[in-house]
Amino acid sequence: MNAPLMTSVRKLVAIALPALLLAGCEFGVKEQEQVGFRGTGLVQISDPDSKAKVGDIPAPPYELTAEMLAGDRAKTAYENVPVLGNVSVDEFNYLMQAMTTWVSPDGSNIKDAGCTYCHNPENMASDEKYTKVVARKMLLMTQNINANWKPHFGNQENAGVTCWTCHRGNPVPVNNWSAAIPSTGKLAGNKRGGNTPAQSVSYASLPYDPFSDYIAGNQKIRVGGKEFPTAASNASLQSTEKTYGLMMHMSTGLGVNCAFCHNSNNFAKWEDSRPQRVNAWYGIRMVRDVNNNYITALGDVWPVNGKGVYGNRRGPHGDPLKVNCATCHQGVSKPLGGYKMLKDYPALKGAAEVAAAPVVAATPAPAETAAIAQGRMGAEKPAA
Amino acid sequence: MAYQNIFTQVQLRGELEPGVPLGPNNDPRFGPFGTSWLMGKLGGAQFGPVYLGKLGLASLLTGFIAIEIMGLNMLASVNWDPIQFVRQFFWLALEPPPAKYGFTVGVPLNEGGWWIASGFFLTISILLWWGRTYVRARELGMGTHVAWAFASAIWLYLVLGFIRPMMMGSWAEAVPFGIFPHLDWTAAFSIRYGNLFYNPFHALSIAFLYGSVLLFAMHGATILAVGRYGGEREIEQITDRGTASERAALFWRWTMGWNATMESIHRWAWWFAVLTTLTGGIGILLTGTVVDNWFLWAVDHGFAREYPATGVVDPATLSGAPQ
Repeated sequence: MNAPLMTSVRKLVAIALPALLLAGCEFGVKEQEQVGFRGTGLVQISDPDSKAKVGDIPAPPYELTAEMLAGDRAKTAYENVPVLGNVSVDEFNYLMQAMTTWVSPDGSNIKDAGCTYCHNPENMASDEKYTKVVARKMLLMTQNINANWKPHFGNQENAGVTCWTCHRGNPVPVNNWSAAIPSTGKLAGNKRGGNTPAQSVSYASLPYDPFSDYIAGNQKIRVGGKEFPTAASNASLQSTEKTYGLMMHMSTGLGVNCAFCHNSNNFAKWEDSRPQRVNAWYGIRMVRDVNNNYITALGDVWPVNGKGVYGNRRGPHGDPLKVNCATCHQGVSKPLGGYKMLKDYPALKGAAEVAAAPVVAATPAPAETAAIAQGRMGAEKPAA
Repeated sequence: MAYQNIFTQVQLRGELEPGVPLGPNNDPRFGPFGTSWLMGKLGGAQFGPVYLGKLGLASLLTGFIAIEIMGLNMLASVNWDPIQFVRQFFWLALEPPPAKYGFTVGVPLNEGGWWIASGFFLTISILLWWGRTYVRARELGMGTHVAWAFASAIWLYLVLGFIRPMMMGSWAEAVPFGIFPHLDWTAAFSIRYGNLFYNPFHALSIAFLYGSVLLFAMHGATILAVGRYGGEREIEQITDRGTASERAALFWRWTMGWNATMESIHRWAWWFAVLTTLTGGIGILLTGTVVDNWFLWAVDHGFAREYPATGVVDPATLSGAPQ
């Protein structure tokens, strides 16, 4: 090689090598928001280019007037409507139309898109399609979430979920999970539930199925405290890593960093945490309720993999596809950017079961931390 | 002779240098093997002779067994697929036994027994290697500073993998073997015990670690800067005007008012390096055994500031809340 060529090759390497090393970086100005007392590092940092988009929210099918709401009850006009029998016929049809748009929209490439995804067009009352049985259970689930899990939504009026919150026009919500391969006890192929580049825990080597134990099962997520990690105690470093895995899921699922809920000086301490942590605490229990009492409770209604007319609804180990934080949140701390879709669908609000009503936690007004966030960094006002 | 540095080094070629004759009770050495131009660019050009000896041989053998156990376990975890072994290597682990086994020896091999076996052989290997550094230094009539610095690192290793798990009564507290797994362990360890940054021994260890880096940079830069006067030869305490040593000393006296000596700078560096792992080991050993939450400990002892609380209440303490 002659000298000038050598020089240009060197120059090329000198330019290309640092460029390659930076290839994984997110360029551009980051957005920062102070969300707690100055000096505690309670800052949300996000990259505007890689933020999850909220997306369009479908408008209600038509305006639901007071007369429509007051009309004849659905049970007088239709057969086999145990869940929605007490809403008006007009609201019933309105909701059916909306559900079609939310779950199996007309004109999409979904098989049997439209009403026939759940109904036999010859006999709309028939439960012969399993999807109709699932839809009924999901209506009960939606009503239960909206009526009994208000603390997860900060007890705000009309905050809650509709089918759209998760489904977004898909028969199966895009973000779901099923049980990972259980440990065989053998060496071959045994990853001890982790040590794998898994998306669920942001490609760390952490246990990649924290869901089975924590948001289907009710194993203890808390690992701090004075308990010695003896054989009887679960609070080992290994369970800490599983908790860490769940937290990584929550972080990516909501598009936030640790300081959205926790004060990183002491992750465990509630008194220094943000009120969002209380919402998350209720959310974890809400998801357990959804997974166990609604999705898994459907049992054999879910077709065996390979046998379902609309494709597989179970994971590789036969358990149904279940819900985690990302199912609703989809990378956004408030699903749909906090848009209160529920106000247009009163039938989905449900009625609280008095006995099971959870106590409302004393959460300080988020307005105060918001005031800090708007003020200068280093403003003297404490967070609460 | 012209000024020589790493770029202008003259490499001699001739009869290979066998080194000093060994005393009684020594094993034979291997080599010398030859010279390497590339090695001569970085240091001495001659390879060997190597003194392996009984300690070295036993250390290599046990070390090989330890690494083999780790590697085969990781290979087994990807169903003996060599391609996946390479692709996932940074994620793969050999994990210690789960908490249910406590600190017992009778752990099934598939559930962490291999970890204990691997750790046992690795420890034996490291201790034998330590013995080798000690004995070889003595044989050359040297002090044993290298061995004791190495011992400080071994202390931290033993605390992490054996002494602390023993005191906690659980193998599950120990560090897994694996690249990312041991890093994840580190993060989980800090969070589990209330943030290691509030552990004063951790703070000391970091201070000595960064201090070591700073001293290394200062010393390395100083000697290179006076290399043109033969400063890298560090001829004992040259006090003549204009020598490399005097210039090096004056540089620091001018810039920070005081200078180390040619001898003391090495003592500084040695202590900073040794104290990094010595204090680090103490900090790890106290974690969980004496202090279960370093943040709360630090606030109690006036070591950290208590910030204004946000007023959030643990919902699990409210009556009627779902559990």
